[in-house]
Amino acid sequence: MIIPDNLFYTKDHEWARLAGDKATIGITDFAQSALGDITFIDLPKPGAKVEQSKWCATVESVKAASDVYAPLSGEVLKANTDLTNHPELVNKSAYDAGWFAVIKIADLEEKSKLMNSVQYKEYVQGLSK
Amino acid sequence: MNENLILAETPLVNKHKELGAKLAPFGGWLMPIQYSGIIEEHNWVRQNAGLFDICHMGEFMIQADLAKSNLGNLVTIDLDGMPFGACRYGFMLNEQAGIIDDLLVYRIAASEWMVVVNAATTDGDFAHLKKHLTGATTLKNVSQSLGKLDLQGPLSADVLEELAGPGIRQLRYYTFGYFKLLGEKIIISRTGYTGELGYELYMPNNKIPQLWDKLLSDKRARPIGLGARDTLRLEMGYSLYGQDIDKNITPLEAGLGHFIYLDKEFIGKASLLKQKQNGVSRRMIYFAADSRRSPRHNYRIVYKGREAGAVTSGSFSPSLGIGIGMGYVKDKIALGEQVTLSENSVSINAKVTEKPFYKNGSAKSGEIK
Repeated sequence: MIIPDNLFYTKDHEWARLAGDKATIGITDFAQSALGDITFIDLPKPGAKVEQSKWCATVESVKAASDVYAPLSGEVLKANTDLTNHPELVNKSAYDAGWFAVIKIADLEEKSKLMNSVQYKEYVQGLSK
Repeated sequence: MNENLILAETPLVNKHKELGAKLAPFGGWLMPIQYSGIIEEHNWVRQNAGLFDICHMGEFMIQADLAKSNLGNLVTIDLDGMPFGACRYGFMLNEQAGIIDDLLVYRIAASEWMVVVNAATTDGDFAHLKKHLTGATTLKNVSQSLGKLDLQGPLSADVLEELAGPGIRQLRYYTFGYFKLLGEKIIISRTGYTGELGYELYMPNNKIPQLWDKLLSDKRARPIGLGARDTLRLEMGYSLYGQDIDKNITPLEAGLGHFIYLDKEFIGKASLLKQKQNGVSRRMIYFAADSRRSPRHNYRIVYKGREAGAVTSGSFSPSLGIGIGMGYVKDKIALGEQVTLSENSVSINAKVTEKPFYKNGSAKSGEIK
């Protein structure tokens, strides 16, 4: 299970990489592994406003469709259009090529509700017990 | 259903764990859903040979003379017309013509039969047969001791030939024979649930792990989970009992009337004839989405702006790269018509199509047309 040090995490297995007032968001390695082969992703559109812990995308795997919740509130600046034809990038590279969107962070205080990598690792280990 | 109820395990459960399979409950059994990944496994079966643990399914051995018993009344198949060594697909119906189960009948000899049924319905089917069978018959549920492996894919004959001998190539579609494998004389039929050339092997449970290992020692064969079994069968438009058909649905509604032999008496026939005369109030349709987005079980089927029915099975089709599905609608909807499959904010455009979705299956390869 890959859990990079420098990211922030949610209990629903989304991640955020912060850089200044922007954040790149996606789903974790744990999430992609649990979902299995990802076949389609409904991404938020640039300009859309997303809200922390609220729906922002849908991921479909062969078996099921699952909601993705925004780790932080903000405005979508960019969505990863490579995923339209290659959703399997999320299986292959959940934290890099498989990123979902870049958002302009509305409220940096919301970061306090996220887990760091050590906390997320403990959380994931607790789930598999 | 409480998934923490004690699940039955096949003789291969430890093999699956060693192979790193994801296991999940299915029909009261702990079964492998996937090994390397559903899409990779699906494609492997379409191109090579895949091995499935199907030990959960039920098998009954029946001795019944058709003239002196009512076995023929309990299934929709023309048992009298079956040659020895033939397999036939059909149904066991209730009085209302609802499907108690879909099944395969094997005619071993004039009065000797094997019936293969779904896992979750095995006990109910057995009780139904026991209750209704009359005349000089013996009925044995051998599900606990007889295992089954399915080997499916265009290379399955090449793989199986190494173990069963060249005679395996003589088997025609929907026939079976006895073959000597691992010191046992076992039934192998040329049947399956994938649309590919393939075989179902009935082996005593104690030799199942050995057979599994032997078949997988051939690198052309790989283990395949129930996840890919589901996408493979859906691409063929095959119904899954408990999901697409059940005791409240008739074969006519399911579009499976061609598996009914009407020139005999059987339980449910009167209701079926009545429905045939009056017409059905719902019918199964098949639809292909215009994108990778996939319909799911219970999504609404909307036709001309009105709700017409619900999806029973839906998935991404690995072979076609689009969403596909099937479900019942109350309207008559012609091939080529547009429907929308929706739930909450999801709305998928799809076209009504014929089955199978996947048309290049090797199941009947080598058959004289």
